[in-house]
Amino acid sequence: MRVLMFGWEFPPHISGGLGTACYGLTKGMASVPGMDILFVVPKAYGDEDQSRMKLLGAGDVTLDLRKVREHKFLKDLSYIEINSNLVPYTSPEEYGKLVDRAENQGKRLVETTMGGTLNFTGKYGKNLYEEIANYAVVAGEVALKEDFDIIHAHDWLTYPAGIAAKRASGKPLVIHVHATDFDRSGGKVNPTVFEIEKMGMHLADKIIAVSNLTRNTVIDKYGIHPDKVVTVYNAVDPLPDYEKLQLKRGITDKVVTFLGRVTLQKGPEYFVQAAYKVLKKMDNVRFVMAGSGELLEKMIHWSSSLGISDRFHYTGFLKGDDVFKMFSISDVYVMPSVSEPFGISPLEAMQSNVPSIISHQSGVAEILKYALKVDFWDVDALADAIYGLLNYPSLSETFKKYGVEEVNNMKWENSGKKVHSIYQEFVQ
Amino acid sequence: MRTICLYFQVHQPFRFRRYRFFDIGNDHYYYDDYSNESILNKVAQKSYLPANALMLDLIKKHKGKFKIAYSISGIAMDQFRLYAPEVLESFKKLADTGHVEFLAETYAHSLCSLKGEEEFQRQVKAHGELIKENFGQEPKVFRNTELIYSDEIGSMVAAMGYKAMLTEGAKHVLGWKSPNYLYCNAINPKLKLLLKNFKLSDDIAFRFSNKGWPEYPLTAEKYVSWLNQAPDNEEVINLFMDYETFGEHQWKETGIFDFLKILPQTVFKQSPFTFSTPSEVASKLQVVSAVNVPHPISWADEERDLTAWLGNELQNEAFNKLYSLGDKVYASGDDALRQDYTYLQVSDHFYYMSTKFFSDGEVHSYFNPYDTPYDAFINYMNVLSDFEIRVNASVRYDADDQLARLSKIIKEKDEQLEKLEKRLANEVAEIPAKVPAKKAPATTKKAPATAKKKSSTTKKS
Repeated sequence: MRVLMFGWEFPPHISGGLGTACYGLTKGMASVPGMDILFVVPKAYGDEDQSRMKLLGAGDVTLDLRKVREHKFLKDLSYIEINSNLVPYTSPEEYGKLVDRAENQGKRLVETTMGGTLNFTGKYGKNLYEEIANYAVVAGEVALKEDFDIIHAHDWLTYPAGIAAKRASGKPLVIHVHATDFDRSGGKVNPTVFEIEKMGMHLADKIIAVSNLTRNTVIDKYGIHPDKVVTVYNAVDPLPDYEKLQLKRGITDKVVTFLGRVTLQKGPEYFVQAAYKVLKKMDNVRFVMAGSGELLEKMIHWSSSLGISDRFHYTGFLKGDDVFKMFSISDVYVMPSVSEPFGISPLEAMQSNVPSIISHQSGVAEILKYALKVDFWDVDALADAIYGLLNYPSLSETFKKYGVEEVNNMKWENSGKKVHSIYQEFVQ
Repeated sequence: MRTICLYFQVHQPFRFRRYRFFDIGNDHYYYDDYSNESILNKVAQKSYLPANALMLDLIKKHKGKFKIAYSISGIAMDQFRLYAPEVLESFKKLADTGHVEFLAETYAHSLCSLKGEEEFQRQVKAHGELIKENFGQEPKVFRNTELIYSDEIGSMVAAMGYKAMLTEGAKHVLGWKSPNYLYCNAINPKLKLLLKNFKLSDDIAFRFSNKGWPEYPLTAEKYVSWLNQAPDNEEVINLFMDYETFGEHQWKETGIFDFLKILPQTVFKQSPFTFSTPSEVASKLQVVSAVNVPHPISWADEERDLTAWLGNELQNEAFNKLYSLGDKVYASGDDALRQDYTYLQVSDHFYYMSTKFFSDGEVHSYFNPYDTPYDAFINYMNVLSDFEIRVNASVRYDADDQLARLSKIIKEKDEQLEKLEKRLANEVAEIPAKVPAKKAPATTKKAPATAKKKSSTTKKS
């Protein structure tokens, strides 16, 4: 079985969890015999791991312009041909501005280089809509040239590409929802993004959601029939050489860590409030907010106005090994997300022997047993959970003992097999 | 003689309120009055009151041939007195018939039998007094929390003067033996053992309304025909179950009361069986053998062991921490602390922390006010932390008294020592004086000598 797969990013060139999840899933799928994946990204760098699939950069595809203009796969995609600038995770205020700007723009023509290819940055920067549209054009072209059985598109950036490929080839389309704009925006959706998402979901033959939480969003907010939406949970790769990353602890205090983007979606303010409550009761503890984002300054001001700055620390954005170093000196990991379609970081924390507290509003809460779960708004419950993990040894011992095992049992192979069984509904 | 021994367990936990860590040291009230009162009243209306009324009718109707036994935990009794005195009254009426036996247990429906003799005896005694006071009976037969039993526990119970004890007819203990005989304790054969026939008990308690059960619906005729299938030489069928089976676990709509209503007459008509109380069984039947139970058993789950209460690290930490405070609690002599200590021991608290029901948590969650075992654990530990602060404070208070007493003694001794030293110094000083001056008056020497005698006697006293 051959799969034509579209994804916006692929390791090592990633900006968030999407690329990691795509990589993990394709690896897991490769364990199914006879599975052959052609993975199309906007821009290929050449250093990606291609041992389990073939990676194709959209910028390397030569276009036959006459064919592109004639073909019907561009139909209905005109509305995204707006020259605009968008970052996927932005504040609600900025969305408004972007939408206003976009509405003043006209359509554009597809222009290629001398060699007949299009230029892609593969980033989430300027001209994102243009890149999405161009990516769809290439997708149609690839679909005409290549031989495959099914199309699989990851998240809204690649839905137009998936649709174009479906139109060009007549092959079934599976879209994979890693997040919706409701998660990213805290409810205040960008109408253009919403339209693209909705169109992708309606035109898809099957929709994969990363959790029941996301599945319900797809059903309720986008009006999709429940039978069409299936949940396939993400997994996590075994920890790379964790021992090497052990950081020597310079303090005897306990460390409670928030690690993620400091944005509305991740609920950083609940972490600050809970820290304040815990610090009123005990003093041998420190809180760390690791990450950056639009609410960071606000959090810094707030924590100092609460008078807890001497015990509340900021690290800025952490990546790669630094994430695991942070875990290695943490006693508790907290993810108070307001809306988290899945949430892979508590799994990474647990792999590093750090007991986790997660919000009920995260997809991963549906499958984890050895984690404490609270509602994100229930600061008392969050503070209580932190206090309990710090003060009652058998609780954190239990989580350390069984958490690693629980996480290690979540294998990408299982997710891959489930995706394969979904394909089999359409392909023999 | 072939007889049926019907015994019912009556217990309701005394639940804690949501107790956050910032309450520690600030708020010393731990109980969820609203849910305790509303749940007790609900169970009273659905189960205790209608079941007691029916039992009273049956006892009167069969003129003493129908007999039953109860064990009511002290915690349940406390709650009847607080919230539903009419339930207590209806039990008293049953007691007045003379055909109802009340058994002994631990006051707090606790696991203290696993923590040595002292607290165990204390609680059993307190419970016995409570039963005597309310029902005019001195319990002769003992039933431990959740039918927990081991050779050692049995021997402690025998030492307290009980003639018989109830426990589970656990397969892994009995092997090929049948529970339908009278057995005895392996250490002290004076203590007789009545073993639960779990198949026939659970047919009523758990399976009665299960539509997926091939035997559904269960009629009294069918049930009596099963009793008749027991080999002729088997003497007693012990049917032990939660009293809440009637009306609460099995709702009225399932027909459980109708079943119970015609069960005695069906037994009398269609079988040779009679009904007996545990005391009658223990005195009338011959012991067939001892049972060896080196490791504690209970009536819970497939395993029939203690893992529902003490099966994980959380439960063990909470359990050990609680009982480590016992000596201080009693040393403090503080009644409020003693009462909280009793309520902290209720076994349900530990049951809520069980992680063994993760996969099929339905039966479990029915009884559980917490979302997860971790919530239960954190809440319990927060309460226990506050309790510990209070216990330590009261002991420190005592310690201050003790300190004052000791320093007084030391001060007195110092004074005595000083006197003695002075005297010694005087005598030493007198020695050279004595030698040259033999004429020195004897009276001056004698005075300090009597003082010495006096001080030495006060020292001894």
